[in-house]
Amino acid sequence: MNVATAIIAVTILLSFVIGLLAGKHVKMNLEMWTVGGRRFGLILVWLLMAGEIYTTFTFLGAASWAYSKGAPAFYILIYGTLAYVLSFFILPAVWKAGKRHRLHTQPDFFVTRYDSRLLGALVALMGVASILPYLQLQLTGLGIIVKTASGGQIPANWAMVACFAVTCIFVYTSGIRGTAWVAVLKDIMMIVAVVVVGLWVPYAYFGGIGKMFTVLVHQRPTHLILPGSTRDMTTVWVMSTVLLTAMGFYMWPHTFASVFSARSVETIKRNSIIMPLYQVPILLVFLVGFTALLVVPGLANGDEAFLALVAKTFPGWFLGFVGAAGAVTAIVPSSLLILCASTLISKNVYQLALRPSASELTVIRLSRVLVVVLTGLALIFAIFVPEALVALLLLGYDGVSQFFPGIVLGLFWKRVSRNGVLAGLVTGFVLVLVLILTGNDPWMGVNAGFVALVANAAVTVGVSLISRPQ
Amino acid sequence: MTRRLLPLLIGAVPFVMLVFALPLVNRVEPIVLGLPFILFWIMLWIILTPALLFLAFRIEKQTRGSDEEEEL
Repeated sequence: MNVATAIIAVTILLSFVIGLLAGKHVKMNLEMWTVGGRRFGLILVWLLMAGEIYTTFTFLGAASWAYSKGAPAFYILIYGTLAYVLSFFILPAVWKAGKRHRLHTQPDFFVTRYDSRLLGALVALMGVASILPYLQLQLTGLGIIVKTASGGQIPANWAMVACFAVTCIFVYTSGIRGTAWVAVLKDIMMIVAVVVVGLWVPYAYFGGIGKMFTVLVHQRPTHLILPGSTRDMTTVWVMSTVLLTAMGFYMWPHTFASVFSARSVETIKRNSIIMPLYQVPILLVFLVGFTALLVVPGLANGDEAFLALVAKTFPGWFLGFVGAAGAVTAIVPSSLLILCASTLISKNVYQLALRPSASELTVIRLSRVLVVVLTGLALIFAIFVPEALVALLLLGYDGVSQFFPGIVLGLFWKRVSRNGVLAGLVTGFVLVLVLILTGNDPWMGVNAGFVALVANAAVTVGVSLISRPQ
Repeated sequence: MTRRLLPLLIGAVPFVMLVFALPLVNRVEPIVLGLPFILFWIMLWIILTPALLFLAFRIEKQTRGSDEEEEL
Protein backbone atom coordinates (compact mmCIF):
# COMPACT_ATOMS: atom_id res chain seq x y z
CA MET A 1 0.00 0.00 0.00
CA ASN A 2 1.57 3.31 -1.03
CA VAL A 3 1.14 6.66 0.70
CA ALA A 4 -1.51 7.90 -1.73
CA THR A 5 -3.67 4.82 -1.22
CA ALA A 6 -3.38 5.15 2.56
CA ILE A 7 -4.43 8.83 2.45
CA ILE A 8 -7.47 8.01 0.35
CA ALA A 9 -8.50 5.11 2.62
CA VAL A 10 -8.13 7.21 5.79
CA THR A 11 -10.16 10.09 4.31
CA ILE A 12 -13.04 7.83 3.31
CA LEU A 13 -13.03 6.31 6.80
CA LEU A 14 -13.00 9.79 8.35
CA SER A 15 -16.00 10.94 6.32
CA PHE A 16 -17.83 7.78 7.43
CA VAL A 17 -17.19 8.56 11.11
CA ILE A 18 -18.20 12.22 10.73
CA GLY A 19 -21.38 11.22 8.89
CA LEU A 20 -22.37 8.76 11.61
CA LEU A 21 -21.62 11.11 14.51
CA ALA A 22 -23.70 13.88 12.92
CA GLY A 23 -26.90 11.92 13.57
CA LYS A 24 -26.13 11.00 17.19
CA HIS A 25 -28.40 12.32 19.93
CA VAL A 26 -30.93 13.55 17.37
CA LYS A 27 -34.42 12.11 17.36
CA MET A 28 -34.95 11.07 13.75
CA ASN A 29 -38.33 11.85 12.19
CA LEU A 30 -39.17 12.83 8.62
CA GLU A 31 -38.73 16.53 9.40
CA MET A 32 -35.27 15.96 10.92
CA TRP A 33 -34.12 13.40 8.36
CA THR A 34 -35.03 15.39 5.24
CA VAL A 35 -34.70 19.06 6.22
CA GLY A 36 -32.69 18.97 9.46
CA GLY A 37 -35.66 20.22 11.48
CA ARG A 38 -35.41 23.56 9.59
CA ARG A 39 -32.76 24.66 12.06
CA PHE A 40 -29.58 25.12 10.03
CA GLY A 41 -27.87 28.48 10.44
CA LEU A 42 -25.84 30.42 7.89
CA ILE A 43 -22.71 28.28 8.04
CA LEU A 44 -24.39 24.87 7.78
CA VAL A 45 -26.65 26.07 4.97
CA TRP A 46 -23.67 27.47 3.14
CA LEU A 47 -21.75 24.22 3.54
CA LEU A 48 -24.77 22.22 2.45
CA MET A 49 -25.41 24.28 -0.66
CA ALA A 50 -21.74 24.50 -1.54
CA GLY A 51 -21.56 20.77 -0.84
CA GLU A 52 -24.15 19.86 -3.40
CA ILE A 53 -23.06 22.35 -6.01
CA TYR A 54 -19.33 21.65 -6.10
CA THR A 55 -19.28 18.09 -7.31
CA THR A 56 -16.71 15.92 -9.04
CA PHE A 57 -17.59 17.98 -12.09
CA THR A 58 -15.78 20.90 -10.48
CA PHE A 59 -12.61 18.86 -10.41
CA LEU A 60 -12.73 16.90 -13.63
CA GLY A 61 -15.33 18.67 -15.76
CA ALA A 62 -14.27 22.30 -15.43
CA ALA A 63 -10.60 21.46 -16.06
CA SER A 64 -11.68 19.23 -18.92
CA TRP A 65 -13.74 21.98 -20.59
CA ALA A 66 -10.91 24.50 -20.22
CA TYR A 67 -8.52 21.94 -21.68
CA SER A 68 -10.48 20.73 -24.66
CA LYS A 69 -13.06 23.47 -25.37
CA GLY A 70 -11.51 26.70 -24.08
CA ALA A 71 -13.69 29.81 -23.71
CA PRO A 72 -17.09 27.99 -23.66
CA ALA A 73 -15.96 26.70 -20.24
CA PHE A 74 -16.50 30.21 -18.87
CA TYR A 75 -20.22 29.50 -18.90
CA ILE A 76 -19.64 27.52 -15.69
CA LEU A 77 -18.43 30.66 -13.90
CA ILE A 78 -21.37 32.71 -15.11
CA TYR A 79 -24.37 30.46 -14.58
CA GLY A 80 -23.56 29.75 -10.96
CA THR A 81 -23.28 33.45 -10.19
CA LEU A 82 -26.59 34.26 -11.89
CA ALA A 83 -28.26 31.34 -10.14
CA TYR A 84 -27.37 32.93 -6.80
CA VAL A 85 -28.82 36.25 -7.93
CA LEU A 86 -32.08 34.48 -8.83
CA SER A 87 -31.96 32.59 -5.54
CA PHE A 88 -31.79 35.87 -3.63
CA PHE A 89 -35.16 36.87 -5.06
CA ILE A 90 -36.91 33.49 -5.33
CA LEU A 91 -35.77 31.24 -2.48
CA PRO A 92 -37.16 33.35 0.38
CA ALA A 93 -40.66 32.78 -1.05
CA VAL A 94 -39.90 29.07 -1.45
CA TRP A 95 -38.77 28.89 2.16
CA LYS A 96 -41.88 30.68 3.44
CA ALA A 97 -44.16 28.32 1.51
CA GLY A 98 -42.16 25.41 2.95
CA LYS A 99 -42.53 26.67 6.49
CA ARG A 100 -46.23 27.45 6.16
CA HIS A 101 -47.24 24.12 4.63
CA ARG A 102 -44.50 21.97 6.23
CA LEU A 103 -43.06 20.95 2.86
CA HIS A 104 -40.23 18.42 2.69
CA THR A 105 -39.73 17.96 -1.03
CA GLN A 106 -40.05 19.83 -4.31
CA PRO A 107 -43.18 17.91 -5.46
CA ASP A 108 -44.76 18.84 -2.10
CA PHE A 109 -44.76 22.39 -3.41
CA PHE A 110 -46.71 21.39 -6.52
CA VAL A 111 -49.13 19.33 -4.43
CA THR A 112 -50.05 22.23 -2.13
CA ARG A 113 -49.86 25.08 -4.65
CA TYR A 114 -51.88 23.36 -7.37
CA ASP A 115 -53.87 21.03 -5.15
CA SER A 116 -52.92 18.03 -7.27
CA ARG A 117 -51.31 14.83 -6.05
CA LEU A 118 -51.03 13.69 -9.66
CA LEU A 119 -48.91 16.70 -10.56
CA GLY A 120 -46.82 16.03 -7.45
CA ALA A 121 -46.22 12.41 -8.41
CA LEU A 122 -45.37 13.42 -11.99
CA VAL A 123 -42.82 15.98 -10.79
CA ALA A 124 -41.40 13.41 -8.36
CA LEU A 125 -40.90 10.83 -11.11
CA MET A 126 -39.33 13.39 -13.45
CA GLY A 127 -37.07 14.42 -10.57
CA VAL A 128 -35.92 10.88 -9.85
CA ALA A 129 -35.31 10.26 -13.57
CA SER A 130 -33.08 13.36 -13.61
CA ILE A 131 -31.26 12.44 -10.39
CA LEU A 132 -30.23 8.88 -11.27
CA PRO A 133 -27.88 9.74 -14.13
CA TYR A 134 -26.43 12.56 -12.03
CA LEU A 135 -25.73 10.08 -9.25
CA GLN A 136 -24.13 7.66 -11.65
CA LEU A 137 -21.90 10.41 -13.03
CA GLN A 138 -20.61 11.12 -9.52
CA LEU A 139 -19.85 7.43 -9.11
CA THR A 140 -18.02 7.10 -12.39
CA GLY A 141 -16.00 10.27 -11.66
CA LEU A 142 -15.13 8.95 -8.24
CA GLY A 143 -13.91 5.68 -9.70
CA ILE A 144 -11.62 7.49 -12.16
CA ILE A 145 -10.20 9.82 -9.49
CA VAL A 146 -9.43 7.18 -6.90
CA LYS A 147 -8.00 4.74 -9.43
CA THR A 148 -5.68 7.34 -10.97
CA ALA A 149 -4.62 8.89 -7.66
CA SER A 150 -3.78 5.54 -6.09
CA GLY A 151 -1.62 4.68 -9.08
CA GLY A 152 -4.02 1.89 -10.07
CA GLN A 153 -3.74 0.25 -6.63
CA ILE A 154 -7.42 0.76 -5.85
CA PRO A 155 -9.54 -0.51 -8.78
CA ALA A 156 -12.32 1.88 -9.85
CA ASN A 157 -15.08 -0.60 -8.97
CA TRP A 158 -13.78 -1.15 -5.45
CA ALA A 159 -13.61 2.60 -4.87
CA MET A 160 -17.19 3.01 -6.07
CA VAL A 161 -18.50 0.19 -3.89
CA ALA A 162 -16.59 1.36 -0.79
CA CYS A 163 -17.59 5.01 -1.07
CA PHE A 164 -21.19 4.20 -1.77
CA ALA A 165 -21.44 1.79 1.12
CA VAL A 166 -20.12 4.58 3.34
CA THR A 167 -22.55 7.12 1.90
CA CYS A 168 -25.48 4.75 2.10
CA ILE A 169 -24.88 4.01 5.78
CA PHE A 170 -24.54 7.59 6.94
CA VAL A 171 -27.54 8.79 4.95
CA TYR A 172 -29.51 5.91 6.41
CA THR A 173 -28.67 6.85 9.98
CA SER A 174 -28.07 10.63 9.97
CA GLY A 175 -30.13 11.96 7.05
CA ILE A 176 -29.27 15.45 5.91
CA ARG A 177 -27.21 16.27 9.02
CA GLY A 178 -24.67 13.67 7.94
CA THR A 179 -24.30 15.35 4.57
CA ALA A 180 -23.84 18.82 6.04
CA TRP A 181 -21.09 17.72 8.39
CA VAL A 182 -19.18 15.64 5.85
CA ALA A 183 -19.37 18.73 3.64
CA VAL A 184 -17.10 20.48 6.14
CA LEU A 185 -14.35 17.95 5.47
CA LYS A 186 -14.99 18.06 1.76
CA ASP A 187 -14.89 21.84 1.43
CA ILE A 188 -11.62 22.16 3.35
CA MET A 189 -9.90 19.45 1.31
CA MET A 190 -11.23 20.66 -2.02
CA ILE A 191 -10.26 24.28 -1.42
CA VAL A 192 -6.74 23.30 -0.36
CA ALA A 193 -6.33 21.02 -3.38
CA VAL A 194 -7.65 23.57 -5.88
CA VAL A 195 -5.76 26.56 -4.46
CA VAL A 196 -2.44 24.74 -4.22
CA VAL A 197 -2.64 23.18 -7.69
CA GLY A 198 -4.23 26.19 -9.39
CA LEU A 199 -1.74 28.73 -8.07
CA TRP A 200 1.32 26.52 -8.32
CA VAL A 201 1.19 24.96 -11.81
CA PRO A 202 1.17 28.21 -13.86
CA TYR A 203 4.19 29.41 -11.84
CA ALA A 204 6.01 26.11 -11.99
CA TYR A 205 5.88 25.90 -15.77
CA PHE A 206 5.59 29.49 -16.98
CA GLY A 207 6.56 31.79 -14.10
CA GLY A 208 3.07 33.23 -13.61
CA ILE A 209 -0.59 33.26 -14.60
CA GLY A 210 -0.17 36.15 -17.05
CA LYS A 211 2.83 34.48 -18.67
CA MET A 212 0.92 31.23 -19.05
CA PHE A 213 -1.91 33.08 -20.82
CA THR A 214 0.58 34.90 -23.07
CA VAL A 215 1.98 31.57 -24.23
CA LEU A 216 -1.52 30.12 -24.67
CA VAL A 217 -2.74 33.09 -26.71
CA HIS A 218 0.36 32.85 -28.87
CA GLN A 219 0.00 29.10 -29.47
CA ARG A 220 -3.79 28.96 -29.83
CA PRO A 221 -5.13 32.44 -30.57
CA THR A 222 -8.80 31.40 -30.72
CA HIS A 223 -8.92 29.04 -27.71
CA LEU A 224 -9.77 31.82 -25.25
CA ILE A 225 -12.57 33.58 -27.14
CA LEU A 226 -15.94 32.10 -28.02
CA PRO A 227 -16.55 29.59 -29.56
CA GLY A 228 -13.08 28.50 -28.39
CA SER A 229 -11.91 25.21 -29.86
CA THR A 230 -15.48 24.10 -30.60
CA ARG A 231 -17.71 24.70 -33.60
CA ASP A 232 -21.18 25.19 -32.17
CA MET A 233 -20.58 26.66 -28.70
CA THR A 234 -21.00 30.19 -29.97
CA THR A 235 -21.79 33.35 -28.01
CA VAL A 236 -25.50 32.70 -28.57
CA TRP A 237 -25.13 29.16 -27.29
CA VAL A 238 -23.32 30.38 -24.16
CA MET A 239 -25.93 33.09 -23.53
CA SER A 240 -28.89 30.70 -23.83
CA THR A 241 -27.14 27.94 -21.89
CA VAL A 242 -26.26 30.31 -19.07
CA LEU A 243 -29.86 31.51 -18.79
CA LEU A 244 -31.21 27.95 -18.89
CA THR A 245 -28.81 26.55 -16.30
CA ALA A 246 -29.09 29.57 -14.00
CA MET A 247 -32.85 28.98 -13.92
CA GLY A 248 -32.44 25.22 -13.62
CA PHE A 249 -29.87 25.41 -10.82
CA TYR A 250 -32.28 25.48 -7.86
CA MET A 251 -34.84 23.37 -9.71
CA TRP A 252 -32.93 20.17 -8.98
CA PRO A 253 -35.10 18.41 -6.42
CA HIS A 254 -32.20 18.12 -3.95
CA THR A 255 -31.09 21.76 -4.20
CA PHE A 256 -34.68 22.94 -3.95
CA ALA A 257 -35.34 20.85 -0.85
CA SER A 258 -32.12 21.99 0.85
CA VAL A 259 -33.68 25.47 1.09
CA PHE A 260 -36.13 24.08 3.63
CA SER A 261 -33.33 23.19 6.03
CA ALA A 262 -32.52 26.87 6.61
CA ARG A 263 -33.52 28.50 9.88
CA SER A 264 -34.89 31.73 8.40
CA VAL A 265 -35.30 33.91 5.34
CA GLU A 266 -32.39 35.96 6.61
CA THR A 267 -30.12 32.88 6.49
CA ILE A 268 -31.08 32.26 2.88
CA LYS A 269 -30.56 35.83 1.75
CA ARG A 270 -27.18 36.12 3.42
CA ASN A 271 -26.20 32.81 1.87
CA SER A 272 -27.19 34.02 -1.61
CA ILE A 273 -25.09 37.12 -1.13
CA ILE A 274 -21.87 35.27 -0.32
CA MET A 275 -22.25 32.28 -2.64
CA PRO A 276 -20.91 33.99 -5.79
CA LEU A 277 -17.49 34.24 -4.12
CA TYR A 278 -17.45 30.47 -4.07
CA GLN A 279 -17.15 30.63 -7.87
CA VAL A 280 -13.64 32.06 -7.64
CA PRO A 281 -11.92 28.68 -7.05
CA ILE A 282 -13.34 27.53 -10.40
CA LEU A 283 -11.04 30.09 -12.03
CA LEU A 284 -8.14 28.20 -10.46
CA VAL A 285 -9.45 24.93 -11.90
CA PHE A 286 -9.51 26.60 -15.33
CA LEU A 287 -5.88 27.67 -14.86
CA VAL A 288 -5.02 24.01 -14.28
CA GLY A 289 -6.89 23.02 -17.44
CA PHE A 290 -5.18 25.69 -19.55
CA THR A 291 -1.73 24.87 -18.16
CA ALA A 292 -2.39 21.18 -18.83
CA LEU A 293 -3.17 22.01 -22.45
CA LEU A 294 0.33 23.47 -22.84
CA VAL A 295 2.21 20.97 -20.66
CA VAL A 296 0.43 17.66 -21.34
CA PRO A 297 -1.30 18.23 -24.69
CA GLY A 298 -3.05 15.52 -26.68
CA LEU A 299 -4.83 13.63 -23.89
CA ALA A 300 -7.57 11.49 -25.42
CA ASN A 301 -9.98 12.38 -22.61
CA GLY A 302 -10.06 15.92 -21.20
CA ASP A 303 -11.35 14.54 -17.88
CA GLU A 304 -7.82 13.29 -17.23
CA ALA A 305 -6.26 16.76 -17.57
CA PHE A 306 -6.41 17.78 -13.91
CA LEU A 307 -4.99 14.57 -12.46
CA ALA A 308 -2.46 14.08 -15.27
CA LEU A 309 -0.95 17.48 -14.52
CA VAL A 310 -0.98 16.88 -10.75
CA ALA A 311 0.72 13.51 -11.25
CA LYS A 312 3.39 15.14 -13.44
CA THR A 313 4.03 18.05 -11.08
CA PHE A 314 3.56 16.93 -7.47
CA PRO A 315 4.90 14.13 -5.19
CA GLY A 316 2.84 10.96 -4.69
CA TRP A 317 1.37 11.89 -1.31
CA PHE A 318 -0.12 15.08 -2.69
CA LEU A 319 -1.67 13.17 -5.56
CA GLY A 320 -3.21 10.99 -2.86
CA PHE A 321 -4.56 14.07 -1.11
CA VAL A 322 -6.13 15.33 -4.34
CA GLY A 323 -7.62 11.88 -4.95
CA ALA A 324 -9.05 11.81 -1.44
CA ALA A 325 -10.51 15.29 -1.90
CA GLY A 326 -12.06 14.06 -5.14
CA ALA A 327 -13.58 11.07 -3.36
CA VAL A 328 -15.29 13.19 -0.67
CA THR A 329 -16.34 15.60 -3.39
CA ALA A 330 -18.33 12.74 -4.90
CA ILE A 331 -19.63 11.45 -1.57
CA VAL A 332 -21.30 14.69 -0.41
CA PRO A 333 -23.52 15.46 -3.41
CA SER A 334 -24.24 11.75 -3.85
CA SER A 335 -25.56 11.51 -0.32
CA LEU A 336 -27.95 14.40 -0.98
CA LEU A 337 -29.09 12.90 -4.27
CA ILE A 338 -29.79 9.55 -2.63
CA LEU A 339 -31.61 11.14 0.30
CA CYS A 340 -33.71 13.27 -1.99
CA ALA A 341 -34.63 10.58 -4.53
CA SER A 342 -35.70 8.16 -1.81
CA THR A 343 -37.93 10.76 -0.15
CA LEU A 344 -39.48 11.70 -3.51
CA ILE A 345 -40.55 8.12 -4.10
CA SER A 346 -41.68 7.28 -0.58
CA LYS A 347 -43.53 10.50 0.13
CA ASN A 348 -44.74 11.85 -3.19
CA VAL A 349 -45.30 8.71 -5.18
CA TYR A 350 -46.07 6.11 -2.51
CA GLN A 351 -47.80 8.06 0.26
CA LEU A 352 -49.50 10.94 -1.53
CA ALA A 353 -50.43 9.30 -4.82
CA LEU A 354 -50.79 5.60 -4.02
CA ARG A 355 -51.52 5.09 -0.34
CA PRO A 356 -52.67 8.24 1.47
CA SER A 357 -53.28 6.27 4.67
CA ALA A 358 -49.55 5.45 5.10
CA SER A 359 -48.14 6.82 8.36
CA GLU A 360 -45.05 8.98 8.70
CA LEU A 361 -43.25 6.06 10.27
CA THR A 362 -43.96 3.94 7.19
CA VAL A 363 -42.73 6.73 4.92
CA ILE A 364 -39.43 7.15 6.73
CA ARG A 365 -38.93 3.35 6.84
CA LEU A 366 -39.60 3.08 3.13
CA SER A 367 -37.23 6.00 2.47
CA ARG A 368 -34.47 4.20 4.31
CA VAL A 369 -35.03 1.00 2.36
CA LEU A 370 -35.00 3.04 -0.86
CA VAL A 371 -31.66 4.59 0.11
CA VAL A 372 -30.17 1.11 -0.12
CA VAL A 373 -32.10 0.18 -3.28
CA LEU A 374 -31.23 3.36 -5.21
CA THR A 375 -27.58 3.20 -4.19
CA GLY A 376 -27.43 -0.36 -5.44
CA LEU A 377 -29.13 0.61 -8.68
CA ALA A 378 -26.69 3.44 -9.37
CA LEU A 379 -23.76 1.12 -8.61
CA ILE A 380 -25.03 -1.51 -11.02
CA PHE A 381 -25.41 1.10 -13.75
CA ALA A 382 -21.97 2.57 -13.08
CA ILE A 383 -20.22 -0.80 -13.09
CA PHE A 384 -22.00 -2.60 -15.89
CA VAL A 385 -23.28 0.08 -18.28
CA PRO A 386 -21.15 3.16 -17.52
CA GLU A 387 -22.05 4.89 -20.79
CA ALA A 388 -25.78 4.22 -20.81
CA LEU A 389 -26.91 7.15 -18.72
CA VAL A 390 -24.56 9.88 -19.89
CA ALA A 391 -26.97 10.93 -22.60
CA LEU A 392 -29.69 11.11 -19.98
CA LEU A 393 -27.63 13.50 -17.89
CA LEU A 394 -27.88 16.14 -20.55
CA LEU A 395 -31.59 15.54 -20.46
CA GLY A 396 -31.48 15.87 -16.68
CA TYR A 397 -30.53 19.54 -16.62
CA ASP A 398 -32.82 20.40 -19.48
CA GLY A 399 -35.52 18.42 -17.70
CA VAL A 400 -35.39 19.93 -14.20
CA SER A 401 -35.26 23.44 -15.69
CA GLN A 402 -38.78 22.81 -16.94
CA PHE A 403 -40.01 23.05 -13.33
CA PHE A 404 -39.06 26.75 -13.29
CA PRO A 405 -42.30 28.27 -14.68
CA GLY A 406 -44.49 26.11 -12.43
CA ILE A 407 -42.54 27.11 -9.34
CA VAL A 408 -41.78 30.77 -9.98
CA LEU A 409 -45.17 31.65 -11.45
CA GLY A 410 -46.76 29.59 -8.69
CA LEU A 411 -45.04 31.74 -6.11
CA PHE A 412 -45.60 35.16 -7.62
CA TRP A 413 -48.67 34.97 -9.88
CA LYS A 414 -52.12 34.08 -8.54
CA ARG A 415 -53.66 33.26 -11.94
CA VAL A 416 -51.41 30.34 -12.85
CA SER A 417 -53.44 27.13 -12.86
CA ARG A 418 -52.87 23.41 -12.53
CA ASN A 419 -53.79 22.76 -16.15
CA GLY A 420 -51.43 25.52 -17.27
CA VAL A 421 -48.50 24.00 -15.39
CA LEU A 422 -49.34 20.47 -16.52
CA ALA A 423 -49.56 21.55 -20.17
CA GLY A 424 -46.37 23.61 -19.89
CA LEU A 425 -44.39 20.79 -18.27
CA VAL A 426 -45.46 18.24 -20.86
CA THR A 427 -44.68 20.68 -23.70
CA GLY A 428 -41.25 21.41 -22.25
CA PHE A 429 -40.31 17.78 -21.71
CA VAL A 430 -41.55 16.59 -25.08
CA LEU A 431 -39.78 19.42 -26.89
CA VAL A 432 -36.49 18.69 -25.11
CA LEU A 433 -36.76 15.02 -26.03
CA VAL A 434 -37.64 15.70 -29.64
CA LEU A 435 -34.93 18.32 -30.19
CA ILE A 436 -32.20 16.22 -28.60
CA LEU A 437 -33.19 12.91 -30.19
CA THR A 438 -33.40 14.48 -33.66
CA GLY A 439 -29.93 15.99 -33.24
CA ASN A 440 -31.21 19.55 -32.99
CA ASP A 441 -29.27 20.60 -29.88
CA PRO A 442 -28.28 23.41 -30.31
CA TRP A 443 -31.27 24.50 -32.40
CA MET A 444 -30.32 27.49 -34.61
CA GLY A 445 -27.41 28.09 -32.23
CA VAL A 446 -29.65 28.19 -29.15
CA ASN A 447 -29.50 25.56 -26.39
CA ALA A 448 -32.43 23.14 -26.95
CA GLY A 449 -33.37 23.17 -23.26
CA PHE A 450 -33.76 26.92 -23.43
CA VAL A 451 -36.03 26.68 -26.47
CA ALA A 452 -38.17 24.17 -24.59
CA LEU A 453 -38.24 26.37 -21.49
CA VAL A 454 -39.50 29.36 -23.46
CA ALA A 455 -42.23 27.23 -25.06
CA ASN A 456 -43.09 25.78 -21.64
CA ALA A 457 -43.45 29.24 -20.07
CA ALA A 458 -45.59 30.46 -22.97
CA VAL A 459 -47.92 27.44 -22.75
CA THR A 460 -48.14 27.71 -18.95
CA VAL A 461 -49.14 31.37 -19.13
CA GLY A 462 -51.45 30.91 -22.14
CA VAL A 463 -53.39 27.96 -20.73
CA SER A 464 -53.62 29.63 -17.30
CA LEU A 465 -55.11 32.74 -18.88
CA ILE A 466 -57.80 30.91 -20.84
CA SER A 467 -58.73 28.52 -18.02
CA ARG A 468 -61.17 29.85 -15.46
CA PRO A 469 -59.57 31.52 -12.42
CA GLN A 470 -59.52 29.17 -9.42
CA MET B 1 -42.87 52.04 -5.46
CA THR B 2 -39.48 52.77 -6.99
CA ARG B 3 -37.85 51.66 -3.76
CA ARG B 4 -39.62 48.29 -4.09
CA LEU B 5 -38.39 47.92 -7.67
CA LEU B 6 -34.87 49.07 -6.93
CA PRO B 7 -33.61 45.73 -5.53
CA LEU B 8 -34.89 43.95 -8.67
CA LEU B 9 -33.15 46.48 -10.91
CA ILE B 10 -29.92 45.96 -9.01
CA GLY B 11 -30.38 42.20 -9.42
CA ALA B 12 -30.70 42.68 -13.18
CA VAL B 13 -27.23 44.25 -13.44
CA PRO B 14 -25.26 40.96 -13.28
CA PHE B 15 -27.55 39.53 -15.99
CA VAL B 16 -26.86 42.48 -18.28
CA MET B 17 -23.12 42.35 -17.68
CA LEU B 18 -22.63 38.58 -17.74
CA VAL B 19 -25.13 37.58 -20.43
CA PHE B 20 -26.18 40.40 -22.69
CA ALA B 21 -22.80 42.15 -22.77
CA LEU B 22 -20.98 38.92 -23.74
CA PRO B 23 -20.85 39.63 -27.50
CA LEU B 24 -19.14 42.96 -26.75
CA VAL B 25 -16.46 41.55 -24.47
CA ASN B 26 -15.62 38.39 -26.42
CA ARG B 27 -11.94 39.33 -26.92
CA VAL B 28 -8.48 38.55 -25.60
CA GLU B 29 -7.03 42.10 -25.71
CA PRO B 30 -6.48 44.09 -23.61
CA ILE B 31 -5.03 41.67 -21.08
CA VAL B 32 -5.91 42.89 -17.58
CA LEU B 33 -4.20 41.54 -14.44
CA GLY B 34 -2.76 38.76 -16.59
CA LEU B 35 -6.22 37.58 -17.67
CA PRO B 36 -7.64 37.67 -21.21
CA PHE B 37 -10.24 40.45 -21.34
CA ILE B 38 -13.34 38.20 -21.48
CA LEU B 39 -12.15 36.25 -18.43
CA PHE B 40 -11.24 39.44 -16.56
CA TRP B 41 -14.70 40.87 -17.30
CA ILE B 42 -16.46 37.76 -16.02
CA MET B 43 -14.37 37.62 -12.83
CA LEU B 44 -14.93 41.32 -12.22
CA TRP B 45 -18.71 40.94 -12.23
CA ILE B 46 -18.60 37.76 -10.17
CA ILE B 47 -16.77 39.66 -7.46
CA LEU B 48 -19.07 42.68 -7.74
CA THR B 49 -22.25 40.56 -7.55
CA PRO B 50 -22.12 39.98 -3.76
CA ALA B 51 -21.69 43.74 -3.29
CA LEU B 52 -24.74 44.40 -5.48
CA LEU B 53 -26.83 41.80 -3.67
CA PHE B 54 -25.80 43.22 -0.33
CA LEU B 55 -26.95 46.64 -1.49
CA ALA B 56 -30.30 45.16 -2.59
CA PHE B 57 -30.54 43.44 0.80
CA ARG B 58 -30.04 46.72 2.67
CA ILE B 59 -32.57 48.58 0.54
CA GLU B 60 -35.14 45.80 1.01
CA LYS B 61 -34.64 45.98 4.75
CA GLN B 62 -35.06 49.74 4.87
CA THR B 63 -38.13 49.66 2.64
CA ARG B 64 -39.76 46.95 4.67
CA GLY B 65 -38.95 48.82 7.86
CA SER B 66 -41.65 48.25 10.40
CA ASP B 67 -44.53 47.08 8.20
CA GLU B 68 -43.50 43.44 8.12
CA GLU B 69 -41.69 41.52 10.82
CA GLU B 70 -39.32 38.74 9.72
CA GLU B 71 -39.83 35.36 11.27
CA LEU B 72 -37.07 34.03 13.53
